[in-house]
Amino acid sequence: MHIHKYEKWWLVFGTATLISFLIIIGVSAFHAGAHPNNSKWTIDYEKVDEIAPFDNPGVHKVEDKDWDYEVVLVASAFSYNPMEIKVPKGSKVRFIATTKDVIHGFEVAGTNINMMLEPGYVSELVTTVDKVGEFVIVCNEYCGVGHAMMYSTLKVVDADDNSNH
Amino acid sequence: MTTAITSKEVKQTNLPKEKTSILKDKFIQVDRKDAKLALAHMYVAFTALLVGGLAGLLQVFVRSGAFELPFGIGYYQVLTVHGVLLGLILTTYFILGFQLAAVSRTAGPLSNTQRKLGWIGFWLMVVGTIAAATMVLLNEASVLYTFYAPLQAHWIFYAGLALVVVGSWIEGFAQIMRYAQWRKENKGQTSPLLAFMAVVNNLMWFVASLGVAVEVLFQLLPWSLGFVERIDVLLSRTLFWYFGHALVYFWLLPAYMIWYVVIPKVISGKLFSDALARLSFMLFLLFSVPVGVHHQLTEPGIDGFWKFLQVVLTFFVIVPSLMTAFSMFATFELRGRELGGKGVLGWFRQLPWKDSRFLVPFIGMVAFIPGGAGGIVNASYQMNQLIHNTIWVTGHFHLTVATAVVLTYFGAAFWLIPHLTGRKLTSKMNSLANTSGILWAVGMFIMSGAMHLAGLLGAPRRSEYSTYGGSEQAAEWITYQFAQAIGGTILFISILLIIGVVINLIWFAPKGEEEFPIAEAAAGGGKTPAILENFKVWGVILVALILIAYTFPIFDIISNSPAGSKGFKFW
Repeated sequence: MHIHKYEKWWLVFGTATLISFLIIIGVSAFHAGAHPNNSKWTIDYEKVDEIAPFDNPGVHKVEDKDWDYEVVLVASAFSYNPMEIKVPKGSKVRFIATTKDVIHGFEVAGTNINMMLEPGYVSELVTTVDKVGEFVIVCNEYCGVGHAMMYSTLKVVDADDNSNH
Repeated sequence: MTTAITSKEVKQTNLPKEKTSILKDKFIQVDRKDAKLALAHMYVAFTALLVGGLAGLLQVFVRSGAFELPFGIGYYQVLTVHGVLLGLILTTYFILGFQLAAVSRTAGPLSNTQRKLGWIGFWLMVVGTIAAATMVLLNEASVLYTFYAPLQAHWIFYAGLALVVVGSWIEGFAQIMRYAQWRKENKGQTSPLLAFMAVVNNLMWFVASLGVAVEVLFQLLPWSLGFVERIDVLLSRTLFWYFGHALVYFWLLPAYMIWYVVIPKVISGKLFSDALARLSFMLFLLFSVPVGVHHQLTEPGIDGFWKFLQVVLTFFVIVPSLMTAFSMFATFELRGRELGGKGVLGWFRQLPWKDSRFLVPFIGMVAFIPGGAGGIVNASYQMNQLIHNTIWVTGHFHLTVATAVVLTYFGAAFWLIPHLTGRKLTSKMNSLANTSGILWAVGMFIMSGAMHLAGLLGAPRRSEYSTYGGSEQAAEWITYQFAQAIGGTILFISILLIIGVVINLIWFAPKGEEEFPIAEAAAGGGKTPAILENFKVWGVILVALILIAYTFPIFDIISNSPAGSKGFKFW
């Protein structure tokens, strides 16, 4: 099979580019730990309200952990609990969320906090909130007629503003 | 030329020499009976385009915030219509009709048995489509075209879609039978390229749709019928996406057939390399299936290692597209220079820009460049978190399937339909066709561009108009949604033009002959290695790749699975 010289160059260049992309995302994932939600934590979706930590949704300051805050959130058709999340800028936050019925999304708009919430599974993501502002949380997986009515708010406030605790 | 001998050619060989040379350029017609079957597919495909396009228009209007649906019609009902009709029905019917004509044209007319199978498949698909559509219209199935459990549609919706898949298998099988017959009758010869490509696409379709077949038959149907109470949601999604990503290549490969084999002939050039075209199709066969998990990167329950492995395989599927891009532009440059184009880019101007059979698919090719680049972003593991389920994704596949692929289909329909009906594409219709292609490009640039930008800002896909409690961010998205409405309106005007041209070509265009263009390979390409047609070898590699990519994740999902979900009807 004859391959034209320029085509060889083109394919070598293209494949090398793809491999370098893969190395970048691979190193960032397995060396720097930048993974999307890969949680394997399972739960009885019909008893979410009775099972810790979902029996107490909200923002919790924690000690002696790798993160400063745990945000526990429950999604159901068609709302989030809590409706407002307030954390100080620069803090490391672990988002823990699940659903009580169908699949919902958990997307903090304009950030890379974005995960699927599926019945029977708990989704998790640890991230540092480094931008002050109000971010709307939207459901980005179709869940029924009220899908676009589902929202919550993440407020990232200046660290010296202590009004949240 | 690798075309089968038709009765017409046999007649020609009896003519005196000088007459044969004149007639040699006469077009080889698709067999009349096969043409009828292929044409039946076009009727359904373009009806789906009109209705699905109208649904799309309603959606962009609703999302602009300036319009509400009348008569209690739901936004998500309309969205389901749009996705099912354009994503599943338009594509599948066009593909099977086109491939049938292509196999008949290049490998020879179908036998009666093969054609009968084709009709059986066609009618099964029609029955399935009507059944599923009825449930959607009755608002029993507003689950969108991905029908994710535990939202539960009426069982007839799932059964209808299953019939569409089974019908497509039977039709694909008929095409494969014709190809096998050709191979048997022409031992040791390289098969007609277009027939080979159709066979590769059918094989990929069989392997891929096994996933959705298992999901529908063993999960969704028993569950929606009430035989079982609960469903394993993550398993059903994984089976769906095992199918779902190969589905997009099932759409793409017929466009590649047209790019490789038809377009070079339309511009009076040659196919750049027969062997490379076959190699790229075999690579698609290998890498289209074991990559579906890249649609599930932000989901719980699947291990990061296996997600990343499928990301790596996803990147491999880009290689045959790089090969295709090179071949296309090499063909264009060779032809442009033959026509006297000078300098680095002078050849570009020599191409037949006024020929809709070239211009419309060419616009599609251009759209595939940003479309493909956006796809690399989507598949890039943690980068996926920024855009997952935002309207960026909708913008992405409106460039790939809804521009690159369908404009190529339309460009092909402009010669295929008159070829099948025994009519001619008049210059008036040709310029209408060109106008529709340009309008499509403009409309899609606005709509898809606005979708990409709004998606980066976080606007979710598949959502009706909402201010999200007066959020400032959501207010920013609405400007882009207005732009989408403008782009969508231009696209709908383009659809009306296309439907007008198609109606003309079916019933009103003057009688005549329109060519089914098939390019010959350029000299110096060498003989195509026989290994490229050895389906056993490639089949073994394909199965091995699927087992590597999926065995562990599926085992893991099943052994780690929580109690299943009951059905919900939240619409």
